[in-house]
Amino acid sequence: MSAVAFVLISILTLAGALAAATLPRLIHAALSLVVTFLGMAAFFFLLGAEFVGLVQVFVYVGAVAVLIVFTILLTRRDIEKDRGFNWSGAVIAIAVFTGLIWAILRTPTLAMVAPQIPPLTVRRIGEVLMTGFVWPLQCVGLLLTAALIGALILVREEKR
Amino acid sequence: MSGDFVDQIFIRAKQLLLSLLPGAPDWLLEIASSVINIAALLGAFLTLFALISVLERKILARIQNRYGPNRVGPYGLLQPVADGIKMLIKEDIVPMRADKLLHFLAPIMIAATAILALGVIPYGRNMTPFAIDGGILFFFAVGSTTELAVFMAGWGSNNKFSMLGAMRAIAQMISYELPLIITTLPVVMVVGSLSPDSIVAAQSNYSLGLVPHWFVLTPWGAAAFMLFFVSGLVESNRTPFDVPEGESEIVAGHMTEYSGFKYATFFMAEYFGMFAVSGLAVTLFLGGWHAPISALQIIPSYVWFFAKLSALLFVYIWIRGTLPRTRIDQIMNFAWKFMLPMAFTCIIAAAVWHYEGRRLAGWLWSFGLIAVVHFGLSRLLDTGKKFAPRTYRFAE
Repeated sequence: MSAVAFVLISILTLAGALAAATLPRLIHAALSLVVTFLGMAAFFFLLGAEFVGLVQVFVYVGAVAVLIVFTILLTRRDIEKDRGFNWSGAVIAIAVFTGLIWAILRTPTLAMVAPQIPPLTVRRIGEVLMTGFVWPLQCVGLLLTAALIGALILVREEKR
Repeated sequence: MSGDFVDQIFIRAKQLLLSLLPGAPDWLLEIASSVINIAALLGAFLTLFALISVLERKILARIQNRYGPNRVGPYGLLQPVADGIKMLIKEDIVPMRADKLLHFLAPIMIAATAILALGVIPYGRNMTPFAIDGGILFFFAVGSTTELAVFMAGWGSNNKFSMLGAMRAIAQMISYELPLIITTLPVVMVVGSLSPDSIVAAQSNYSLGLVPHWFVLTPWGAAAFMLFFVSGLVESNRTPFDVPEGESEIVAGHMTEYSGFKYATFFMAEYFGMFAVSGLAVTLFLGGWHAPISALQIIPSYVWFFAKLSALLFVYIWIRGTLPRTRIDQIMNFAWKFMLPMAFTCIIAAAVWHYEGRRLAGWLWSFGLIAVVHFGLSRLLDTGKKFAPRTYRFAE
């Protein structure tokens, strides 16, 4: 059952990624990327990491995708002409792919049996965030607040 | 004992249906069980949608001192059937310059997300169609994809009214998602769980058999409930926050280029979204499917849930019949300057209430905290404007 699910989700995710890379209209590519994000979330669900999967949908589909779509909407409209095949992009993609495959094949731990860990509950994530990782959490909070204030200052310019 | 039978009658019906598949493998039973849940959910809510659509017109008519639909069937109750047939036989018009794929996918996606969000709400004892540990998070994760569907509708139509409507809708949905989520945090914090079932279970006790332990009866719960309700009103694009589809300005917003059954799908999704947000409000603050008095527990749990849901839906309709439309900048200012600070105050007030041992002292402390912040915010945001003759900046 989970093997079938894995294959189906993989096909969906890869198809979404391929479409995102190849579709000529930028808006279609952005929306195909959403399919990929959803496929990733489905993988997390399949692995039992419910929380991570939901946050994936929440952050990537709910926020990042909307951001991408708005960026496309508010910037340019003459993006639909064919630019020909992007050779440098293909070379970089192939290089990254080969590097990853090389690293995966050389990793010996793939043969290991996964250790039994307690299920990742929301309560446990909260405890870890509030004890061991409280300083990183605060730093992220500070960073986000700074970004928010910066955005506000940029927007307020017209008032002078 | 008979009360228990009536309470669990739907669960028993489902088990009976499943027992018609003897010797089936586990995965088949799992799929069959899901299909039954989905069918029941869709059946119940499509019926409710039909009822509410006619009731809304009736109540609005009553508010406006006229009769409302009363020609089809007794008291106009068959009006939704007539409407459905009308919508089905209407011509489906797709604009020539539209992005055909997005134009087609948008209504499907918007309806699918609304239905998914309905799945995690407990409708009665043992009656959660899709019981997962992070149910609340699931609700909001699914809800946040609605914005993309609205964008697809606006962009795919290739019409400036559609695009403007979609942008307004997305702007106000993103802004009000924050207070909506932050007002659920106090409940999640006090219960210590993201699962709707345990949130309902945490509200199951009664003081003296008369006062239910619903969160709406605590100061922070009452404040959070009101904030949640207003945010829900905005999220479902209802009056007074229906600027995305303001008829007098931008025709019908992102639904301008839709006709026939696709328009009906949008309409349905809007109502389903309303049901979902109201259902979550009932679950979080109004004790879910629990009876208001312990003596009334003999009435089945799902009856209580739908009674509370209907009460909230009535308030939605009542507000629609009463209030005029707000301006988009007023909506935005209200979200960021008032709703958000109040929502954060609710978290602190809930923490005070919890650590004072959930007794009278904590009750008073959290009440005082919310009152002080509310008073301070109102003074701070009061621009002191007197109502002078209106000046026009752009339309002179």
